[in-house]
Amino acid sequence: MYAFTQHRPATVRQAASLLTKQEEAKLLAGGHTLIPTMKLRLAGPKHLVDLSKVEGLSGIEMKGRSLVVGAMTTHVEVETSPIMKESIPALAGLAGKIGDPAVRHRGTIGGSIANNDPNADYPAAVLGLGATIITNKRRIHADEFFKGLFETALEDDEIITKVQFPKVNKAAYVKFPNPASRYALVGVFVSKRSSEIRVVVTGAGANGVFRVTTFEEALKKRFGPKSIEGLTVPADGMASDIHGSAEYRAHLVGVLARRAVAAAA
Amino acid sequence: MSATGIGAAVRRKEDQRFVTGKGHYTDDVSRPGQCHAYFLRSPHAHAKIKNIDSEAAAAMPGVLAVLTGADLAADKIGNLICGWMITSKDGSQMKMAPHPAIAHGKANYVGDPVAVVVAETLPQAKDAAEKVKVDYDLLPALCDPAKAQDQGAPQIHEVAPRNTIYQWHLGDAKAVEAAFKTARHVTKLDFINNRLVPNAIEPRAAIGEYDAGSESLTLWNTTQNPHVARLVMSAFVGLAPEHKLRVIAPDVGGGFGSKIFIYPEEVVCLWAARKIGRPIKWVAERSEAFLTDAHGRDHVTHAEMAFDPDGKVTGLRVKTVANLGAYMSTFSSSVPTYLYGTLLSGQYEIPAIYCEVDAVYTNTVPVDAYRGAGRPEATFVVERLIEVGGRQMGVDPADLRQKNFIKTFPHQTPVIMIYDAGDYHASLKKALELADYAGLAKRKRESVRHDKLRGIGFSTYIEACGIAPSQAVGSLGCGVGLWESAEVRVNPTGTVEVLTGCHQHGQGHETTFAQVVSERLGIPLENVSVVHGDTDKVQFGMGTYGSRSGAVGISAIVKALDKIEAKAKKVAAHMLEAAEGDIVFEDGKFTVAGTDKSAAWGEVALNAYIAHKFAGQELEPGLKEGAFYDPTNFTFPAGCHICEVEVDPQTGESEIVAWTAVDDFGTVVNPMIVEGQVHGGIAQGVGQALLEGAIYDKDGQLVTGSLMDYCMPRAQDLPALKVEMTKTAAPSNPLGIKGCGEAGAIAAPVAVINAITDAIGTEDLPMPATPQAVWRALQKANDRRTAA
Ligand SMILES: Cc1cc2nc3c(=O)[nH]c(=O)nc-3n(C[C@H](O)[C@H](O)[C@H](O)COP(=O)(O)OP(=O)(O)OC[C@H]3O[C@@H](n4cnc5c(N)ncnc54)[C@H](O)[C@@H]3O)c2cc1C
Repeated sequence: MYAFTQHRPATVRQAASLLTKQEEAKLLAGGHTLIPTMKLRLAGPKHLVDLSKVEGLSGIEMKGRSLVVGAMTTHVEVETSPIMKESIPALAGLAGKIGDPAVRHRGTIGGSIANNDPNADYPAAVLGLGATIITNKRRIHADEFFKGLFETALEDDEIITKVQFPKVNKAAYVKFPNPASRYALVGVFVSKRSSEIRVVVTGAGANGVFRVTTFEEALKKRFGPKSIEGLTVPADGMASDIHGSAEYRAHLVGVLARRAVAAAA
Repeated sequence: MSATGIGAAVRRKEDQRFVTGKGHYTDDVSRPGQCHAYFLRSPHAHAKIKNIDSEAAAAMPGVLAVLTGADLAADKIGNLICGWMITSKDGSQMKMAPHPAIAHGKANYVGDPVAVVVAETLPQAKDAAEKVKVDYDLLPALCDPAKAQDQGAPQIHEVAPRNTIYQWHLGDAKAVEAAFKTARHVTKLDFINNRLVPNAIEPRAAIGEYDAGSESLTLWNTTQNPHVARLVMSAFVGLAPEHKLRVIAPDVGGGFGSKIFIYPEEVVCLWAARKIGRPIKWVAERSEAFLTDAHGRDHVTHAEMAFDPDGKVTGLRVKTVANLGAYMSTFSSSVPTYLYGTLLSGQYEIPAIYCEVDAVYTNTVPVDAYRGAGRPEATFVVERLIEVGGRQMGVDPADLRQKNFIKTFPHQTPVIMIYDAGDYHASLKKALELADYAGLAKRKRESVRHDKLRGIGFSTYIEACGIAPSQAVGSLGCGVGLWESAEVRVNPTGTVEVLTGCHQHGQGHETTFAQVVSERLGIPLENVSVVHGDTDKVQFGMGTYGSRSGAVGISAIVKALDKIEAKAKKVAAHMLEAAEGDIVFEDGKFTVAGTDKSAAWGEVALNAYIAHKFAGQELEPGLKEGAFYDPTNFTFPAGCHICEVEVDPQTGESEIVAWTAVDDFGTVVNPMIVEGQVHGGIAQGVGQALLEGAIYDKDGQLVTGSLMDYCMPRAQDLPALKVEMTKTAAPSNPLGIKGCGEAGAIAAPVAVINAITDAIGTEDLPMPATPQAVWRALQKANDRRTAA
């Protein structure tokens, strides 16, 4: 690690101003992505703006027909929240499958989404439920938020404060973990909200999280695993590494999508 | 059996301190004035070092020294060595290339140290290392052992043309040829025994300190054999004479073989400590451990087994290329030869065996012994061939094994070993019952009903443990003897310290060794402490590896206890005014036979020291005895492991649903500890079979350089294990102990692969059998079927 100064603002406004004023400043949430890269000296921010003492950034509440999750809410809080388990059990289940207990007690939804790791789980749910990301500046719909590998619509001094998830009729997430890291080698999130059907894949895409419109169309006729029997996604466009070739990932997308639809239906 | 004696499942004495954070590891040691070393390592697999400019680095804050291979050479520090001489078929000796502790002139793998920065703090050392400018001239890298001997392959060391270290062979080629000519059936297989990263939980660490007053060096080090480390660093590296070099191995958090070897960093810490006059600490980071701890396995093998019409094995032919990495590590040469070829007879009566092994250099970190060392590789060859042979001939794999079992002992195999005791039928029979082999067909049908494929795999393995005797290993090229030493020191109050040349790093010696003493002397377990891991306390010893501490180390203690008892009887005879021959020692009490005159253990101990009753030199005061023990043979643990898996054909995932292990370890001192060793061994073996595989890319970068990419087994990867034992005592040592530390890791990998291939109905499956690998194997089999 390189030496750095840690700041602990009390409000979002203070955090934002530190972020603009200090050179080479970075937000610190759970630190489960940022700190390992700092330890390896792959990142060396001069200033860390720690969000842990900022008020109002954590917690889960129902607002109308949406569940609003604070950016600093940890994975374990989402996993065990009674209201989450009641309204969107697929999202609670997804949070419970992230990493290991240490990761789930420190890692946050805001950090995960801002990082947009192509193998992370949350992006699948955010896009799969058509959520809205709320920042200190604006509201960004999920469809506009994820911009490829580790890239998002966030500006340099923008802070995620909340994520708003609409309630859906049906949803499920099926994850095939990378055996070593436990991130998603492939994860498929499906949801059905009245006429809107989403099938979203994380882990597999060469360019990050994506929707499978061919599957969505097929499911519009009937929301059941049979409707997408035999359907696949093309291998080109899939990521390929030592853990899974593009062909294997493409194959898993089909298998997991059918299992997710079966679980949701 | 006493409540804490041999055979009692007493809790481990050392665990209280470990689980409460009171262990004392190398990194817990801090010396006055200590500074820190950071190694700058080659980012290239193969590169000429044209120039190293350390001027800017040396001027950084806190920096005490920046040292390079040139400095090491100028100070005439010797190279690291491999201590086991292997002779090639043509009579030539193995080609050992120079291995300087800091690369000089050329870097040969990613992670090869090219400079060391010593600074007041570790961050200062790291900051300065970023300022060291190394001018490299890149050379093509060679990582694939199968291509190492190709014409035009990059040449790594001048001494070894075609990167070939030796071309060794064992057995009778002609007899094997004849057997294959008349064979009814021949099974042929090609496979890779995958390369593994040891990953002990405690990374390697070293502290070097020089005392100018006594002109002596002290090294605190994560080593499995402090005396061997001292010997090599004195006699070969030339750091200091043995009496001026002390090596201390405090608590060590796992080794699995990787901490047997003498590594560059400990040499550099000692050398630099004397140079700058300050104690120097170095602790590996996990990424450093991945890059620089000696890896394990990495064999490329072609093997063939010949069967006669009755299904009897008539011949075995094996050709292996073994990757030893960029330099020859301390015992690397012995692993793919005398620890491998000599076990190729398995549990079977095989009349003719011929094995050829070519060892090669590559631009990868050195490869050396790792839990099992050679024997998992041998077991894989034999147990894969017999399993596939059975399937091809339509014979039940259990029946085929039984038909070929060795039934009478001693048995001379065609590959050196004389098996002295065993009952292979007993362990197989027990395992078949425990695994409910009879109910397998029904379970297979049930699996099909929920879209899964079920398979079963056997491994009736054998291994050679207690690595010794000295005469035998010496005749095979080993540079040291493999006896063990012990000293039993009885205090005047009757408590006992046992000094052993073995070293514990997870095995529980402080408990098991004490159990042997407690039973023999009739004293409570807590009155015995075990001392090890310090060359200033224990005179000499060979350390712990090769499952040798029970069979060899405990035997030395037993021998010392014999002497203690003899001496104590003399003391008791004096006290009780009886003839020495009339003294009987039982349950901690000395009695004069046929009388009620007796003396307790504590009274005898006290009298040995106050010596009031001994006149002059008639009886020497004191009660302390030492012994060196050299066994008459290796020991041969053996057993049967049965693995049952369920495979999801859609994703390729394999789940181990049942595991049965029936092992014959001879006499067992502490069944709980032994069971733990079996559990750990199986977990590591399952890791090799399903999860672990070190991958270097074509440029020599370690792609699996962290736990995010290199998968270690987790608790959830294993079912509840059924572990049972059978017993035939080892005739080669006084207690009949065989050794258990490696058995699981030896038996397990092939059991898993046999099980998965049974489930998926195709034999072409690599290790690790990841979901992707299984899926691909199924795809390939499907394609073949549709093509046919
Ligand atoms: C061993 C291990 C296993 C893991 N397994 C999984 C897994 O299976 N699935 C999975 O999805 N993830 C996994 N993770 C990642 C984990 O979920 C992280 O917690 C997550 O990626 C980042 O969240 P964090 O709160 O730790 O963010 P940090 O590491 O603190 O920050 C990450 C990045 O986001 C930025 N950031 C943080 N908060 C905000 C905000 N409110 N607004 C804008 N930018 C912000 C930071 O500046 C930084 O660039 C794993 C991590 C580890 C270490």
